[in-house]
Amino acid sequence: MTLRSFIRHETLLALLLALVLVVLSLQSDKFLTVQNLLNQGRLMTETGLIAIAMTFVIATGGIDLSVGSILGLSAILTGVFWQNVGLPLSVTAVAAIAVGTIAGLVNGIIITRFKVPPLIATLATLALYRGLAEGISQARSVRGYPEWFYVLGQGSVLGVPTQLWILLLAAVTASILLAYTRYGRTVYVIGSNEVTARFSGLSVEGTKLALYTASGFTAAVAAVIFVSRVSTTRSDMGTGIELDAITAVVLGGTSIFGGRGTVLGTVIGLCLIQALKNGLLLAGVKGDGTIMLIGAVLILAILASNLFERSGPR
Amino acid sequence: MAVTGVELSSARLQRNRRSGVLKRLMSDYGQEVVVFAAIITLFVVVTMINPRFVSANNLTSIFAGNAYIAVAAIGMSMVIITGNIDVSVGALIGVLATISGTLAVAGYPIWVAWFLPVLVGMAINAVIGVLVAYAKIPSIVVTLGALSILRGGLISVTGGTWISNLPPDFLIAQKRLLGVPVPLIAMVVLTLAAAAWMRYFAFGRSLYALGGNPEAAVASGIPAERRTVAVFIIHGFFAGLATILFATQLQVIQSTVPPNLELTIITAAVIGGASILGGSGTVVGSTLAAILFAAIGSALIFTNVSAYWFRAVIGLLILATVLADMLRRQRST
Repeated sequence: MTLRSFIRHETLLALLLALVLVVLSLQSDKFLTVQNLLNQGRLMTETGLIAIAMTFVIATGGIDLSVGSILGLSAILTGVFWQNVGLPLSVTAVAAIAVGTIAGLVNGIIITRFKVPPLIATLATLALYRGLAEGISQARSVRGYPEWFYVLGQGSVLGVPTQLWILLLAAVTASILLAYTRYGRTVYVIGSNEVTARFSGLSVEGTKLALYTASGFTAAVAAVIFVSRVSTTRSDMGTGIELDAITAVVLGGTSIFGGRGTVLGTVIGLCLIQALKNGLLLAGVKGDGTIMLIGAVLILAILASNLFERSGPR
Repeated sequence: MAVTGVELSSARLQRNRRSGVLKRLMSDYGQEVVVFAAIITLFVVVTMINPRFVSANNLTSIFAGNAYIAVAAIGMSMVIITGNIDVSVGALIGVLATISGTLAVAGYPIWVAWFLPVLVGMAINAVIGVLVAYAKIPSIVVTLGALSILRGGLISVTGGTWISNLPPDFLIAQKRLLGVPVPLIAMVVLTLAAAAWMRYFAFGRSLYALGGNPEAAVASGIPAERRTVAVFIIHGFFAGLATILFATQLQVIQSTVPPNLELTIITAAVIGGASILGGSGTVVGSTLAAILFAAIGSALIFTNVSAYWFRAVIGLLILATVLADMLRRQRST
């Protein structure tokens, strides 16, 4: 039952993506150029990294709303450690990523040790981490980073944007981890039936703890890439990115109730959203019209997949 | 998820069997009592530091300026109690406020400008409710999509311009009735009415049943789909009323709402005791929580703490409340 439905949703989505690419390239001759596509890849890396970790979280039936705030906190710390504390930038980037990872770990502890539902736990830390970012920075931005730092967000390796390599690496690793390892299978079992998972002797708590920690880690890595891409640090960075990531994951066929989903689906969903955003912009549709369309696509995609499957969730 | 819901509601039943007035008060209204105590403590401490905190002006701004959040949280509590969620309400309030202001400036009768948006809110949420109840799309997904559609629609229609030159009669939130600010009256009356309705009427009770144990609720004859749609429509009604208070409190209507308004409203509902697992919570709690937020924001200013720490404080507060609630539940099982 499961494997076939995976393939069906992703095939459907890939066809939709192909259709969108064809239509958009007819609308504007600037769309289907190597330069433009690579540039779009640059823009979707931060959301992409977060969405990949989010795929695992949602596949267990959880959710992580705090990723945007962790991104903001890590971005602020990168700037503050460097400018105010005076540490070398390479050290501060690592320190900021460490703090982001700890923030994810704290989420995991609240969820696994205190049994707080993930939606509530991460809603609380969404406010807390963003509040820390605002409080620490006092809404002051940091700019003027050294030139070498921009290689990460603005440079290229072998003609491809640096961060796109990171996204590719993350996607392949996560794909293998979720589809072919014992850990991946555990994620699905927890998502389909947590009680069964526990009675089967699987480490439910340990798995979840690792997932939320990883989610914090990827958000923090995304933060450093973000700072490097836009050359500045502000405390409102990453606001609302959790919704973009969740949209990509759900559009990619991961069930919001858990037990179902693939990294490949998420990546296709991500590309679809980015293609729509960029293509419509080039075709002269304003950004706000695009946001509306993405919302409609999200609802329709789930509606379609529910109709195809007949047995909808619950 | 369903399993935990059952466990929690049976724990609640067991608690209710215990005797003692104080114990009953704590077990039935534990969260409300905690939030109320927090408000009192805050007022006492901040007033000792800075007596101007309890000046009439500041009290008005705390209670009346944030009444719209409390009103919107009433509907949100109901949605959460039935085991659903709505992340689009902030964008909805923005859209309705723009409709309201446009009607008022265009010269339509004031009551049309006030109440037509309420109907629009109910209609939009009816669509959301149908998608959740009949198309079986999880409410988080539907409302996430609705959030994008409403927010995008709002900006593309208004182009980011503000609505000014509002007729003075339109600005009901600035008025007073017998010396009491209208938003305060609206907040208290709506909260008490909704609380009574949820506690003493079959329809209100059925919402708890739906959230606590959907299978049992359906088995006992509650039409689950229709109730879900109804709850979203009622939520749209309260969002519409909240819009009236929000849109009429300033001389202009901005094309944006405060960032993360939907999260503030959800948080008020949750701190007030609405369990995200469904089946418990009251609207008295959510209104108290909305007041607490407003008081904390004001307290930071009066104690000379940078307002940039506001959200960190709120975050810690939510965490503390939720952890305390979870520990209390674990102990009582």
